[in-house]
Amino acid sequence: MRSSVSVWRGICKMGDHIATQTLSAAHRAAATPIVIVGHVDHGKSTLIGRLLYDTDSLQDGKLAQIVESSRKRGLTVEWSFLLDSLQIERDQGVTVDSTRIPFRLGSREFVIVDAPGHRQFLRNMITGAADAEAAVLVVDAQEGAQEQTRRHAMLLRLIGIRHVIVLLNKSDVLGFDESKIVQAESDVRQLLGRLEIEVEAVVPASARDGDNIASRSERSAWYKGPTLIEALANVPPPASRLALPFRMPVQDVYRFDGVRYVAGRIERGTVRAGDRLTIGVQGQIATVAEVCRWHAPELPVAGAGESIALRLEPDLVPDRGDLLFPADDKAAAPERSARIRTRLFWLRGEPLRVGESFTLRLTTAEHDVTVASIDAVVDLDDLTLRQGDEVPPDGFAEITLAASHAVLFDPFSPGFGDGRGVLVDRHQRIVGGAPLIGSADLEDGVHAIHPTASRISAGQQAQARGHKSGVFWLTGLPGSGKSTVARAAEVSLAAQSVKATVLDGDTLRAGLCSDLGFSPEDRRENIRRAAHVAKILSESGQAVIVALVSPRQADRDLARQIVGEGFHEVFVDTPLATCEQRDPKGLYAAARAGKIPEFTGVSAPYEAPLSPELRLGADRTEAETVSELTGFVLRVVQP
Amino acid sequence: MTRTHTLAEPRVMDDLDQLEAQSIFILREAYRKLKPLSLLWSLGKDSNVMVWLARKAFMGRVPFPVMHVDTEKKFPEMYAFRDEYTKKWDLDLLLGYCPPVEEIDPSLPPAARSAARKTAGLAAMIDKHKLRGVIAGIRRDEQATRAKERVFSPRGAGHRWDVRNQPPEFWDQYATPYEDGMHIRVHPLLAWREIDIWRYIEREGIPLVDLYFAKDGKRYRSLGDQDITSPIESNAATVAEVIAELENSKTSERAGRAMDHESEDAFERLRVAGYL
Repeated sequence: MRSSVSVWRGICKMGDHIATQTLSAAHRAAATPIVIVGHVDHGKSTLIGRLLYDTDSLQDGKLAQIVESSRKRGLTVEWSFLLDSLQIERDQGVTVDSTRIPFRLGSREFVIVDAPGHRQFLRNMITGAADAEAAVLVVDAQEGAQEQTRRHAMLLRLIGIRHVIVLLNKSDVLGFDESKIVQAESDVRQLLGRLEIEVEAVVPASARDGDNIASRSERSAWYKGPTLIEALANVPPPASRLALPFRMPVQDVYRFDGVRYVAGRIERGTVRAGDRLTIGVQGQIATVAEVCRWHAPELPVAGAGESIALRLEPDLVPDRGDLLFPADDKAAAPERSARIRTRLFWLRGEPLRVGESFTLRLTTAEHDVTVASIDAVVDLDDLTLRQGDEVPPDGFAEITLAASHAVLFDPFSPGFGDGRGVLVDRHQRIVGGAPLIGSADLEDGVHAIHPTASRISAGQQAQARGHKSGVFWLTGLPGSGKSTVARAAEVSLAAQSVKATVLDGDTLRAGLCSDLGFSPEDRRENIRRAAHVAKILSESGQAVIVALVSPRQADRDLARQIVGEGFHEVFVDTPLATCEQRDPKGLYAAARAGKIPEFTGVSAPYEAPLSPELRLGADRTEAETVSELTGFVLRVVQP
Repeated sequence: MTRTHTLAEPRVMDDLDQLEAQSIFILREAYRKLKPLSLLWSLGKDSNVMVWLARKAFMGRVPFPVMHVDTEKKFPEMYAFRDEYTKKWDLDLLLGYCPPVEEIDPSLPPAARSAARKTAGLAAMIDKHKLRGVIAGIRRDEQATRAKERVFSPRGAGHRWDVRNQPPEFWDQYATPYEDGMHIRVHPLLAWREIDIWRYIEREGIPLVDLYFAKDGKRYRSLGDQDITSPIESNAATVAEVIAELENSKTSERAGRAMDHESEDAFERLRVAGYL
């Protein structure tokens, strides 16, 4: 076996430190990540291929592969094939996910992050772009900024990219005409100015032909600014976080061989043996007894970016997520609030609404939060802030989060690892990014509510119960058989070990909703309450069967909104004549006699669902209908 | 240039320090969030670096089992290495074996079919030990399909990788969705490049199988099964010489792996099915 020669000499007393260091290799800085974004077909992939070729960063054989791939498809050299390495991308002709490619300029290393232009792939773009130091925004010189240009620019600001270079691609189409390009540049600068993004350079270029990429173009003699390569080389290295007050969120606590280690990565500042630190919101104070590492130079100090372990005195046991910060300098303490204003980029397929609960992940901390208000929604047509009730999929907004307890945080600042919140749903899926703005002050007279969410995930609930949950909303005329079918299904489900609960209209109106009548407003309120109860029961892991006339589509849509995922509309489609003929409660007769005002089907409208998840027709026996509903519920809740 | 440190100053982190710190962070996240957890130890240079990083993260020990899925076609030197370092590093070793090649999809090209054996062996181990987390040493720079990977990469029922529907991953927040039959592949080396691995091996003094070093003008750059891995022309007989060679090379590392070249999409098909 061969062991390479170590640059370290000797091992110190604890066996896990190395006493002296004789590092002779020149210091190497980490590669600078650059993200390339822009509207679809504005030339991102072409640019990357060109950059790699011009900087001689292609692996042997890659160029031949591109030429071969291009030839097979009857094209001249197609630079974008370099990136379209997945078969599915070639089939679709678009790049589906972010890719990282290293290249070198002189002594400096860069990593290009390629991000897709199709809007449904926003989350892939964020995945690639979030840790970039600089961005190249590729804009077709003739088409100018498009929808995705604005979207990506907004995102660059929200994820905190500090340096933005604009490449006016395909400038050859404008013949590198100075006045046309100056106009295009002015438009883009105006757009980015609205986002408070400082533009490092606007480079008129042709990625396909190589103009102003690595070498200055003869076709734009009037242009005196940098080539793209020069602009990239001018991007300053990341600012140091060492001079700031110390922050280390606890990642985990270990006990190995009788020694307790508080492990974490330092986000800001430095820590030394002997420092006094405050631990989280509890505010206990401990002194750093030792900065621990394994097989590394022994140093009693560590700085931002290092993953270390601390021994504390006294030997306290912090929780994961507790923030460690200097104890003796009030000015160096983080902000503390249970209401936080934050920007938001929203990644879920359904809109975000007030009242929804999530886990806010902040470095290693997890906080239960509820959306207390949606303060403004970004209009992507002109990047202005508007009032809005919901944040659409892939939308941007400013919102206020209410946490169940005080949160320690530092506001978001580009280039820092803290202050960057992520919203996670009950299924442990990441649904949004939330750069924190600061504490939200309560207006006078506003009662602050801080709802809490269950700590048991939907998956854990399902595992414990042996089935998943769901809400089955039965709608239909009075007398259509909703309650009868629901109660019978409840019994069949119980026989199959599925815990089901029925919420039926009359039962609710006898108690929870006894203050409500039958006006459209009261009916809506009745439905709102039923939907919230159904949601709570469903979150506790049950199959919830709601049997309510719920005659209006708008009200049923409200219920669907409240319940969210797992809502199933079931239309008990019994014709009016049949219902009236059955009239089990004598209500139709009373309504026809004018004794019941606003009776659905007689003196109030019923809007049949247009596309229910399940339709129970009247052409079957009751037993068949029950079995159909039971079967549907079982299919939904089966693990 | 020799750097010295005064007591008051933290050291300036170079690129290897940053890669190391990030990998330690990832390993600690995996250990905290995914149980049961295991690390795939293929006995190659990358997975040795990964074991080493785990020891860094957990103060000199690996607090979860490491797993070797044996094709029984490895080089004898690799088995000897495994036995020696299981003891030296005090590893809790889980051994798994791969099904015979006759049981594998005959529509795959021969070398890919051989690689698919490993996938089947791995899947059996994951099921047997009910693993929720599997730490694997793949890197983005190895192969274009791997460049698309997440650090925490969820695998659905049947261990399949859904390339088109990967979760967002940013700001060091890793998704840990869970449904029955699902596990998460954790990739602490995703951001490392081949040369970073070698420079780190040199800096830390991490032991390797001799096959990586030139004998009679040939050495292995990447180690797979004996029958589908071929050596490259090289005179690099030490870690330093390998680094020097890589600084001047632009040939792809997996050039010696037959399955990568059989057809344009063979490797992606392997990965969707659960190959590393």
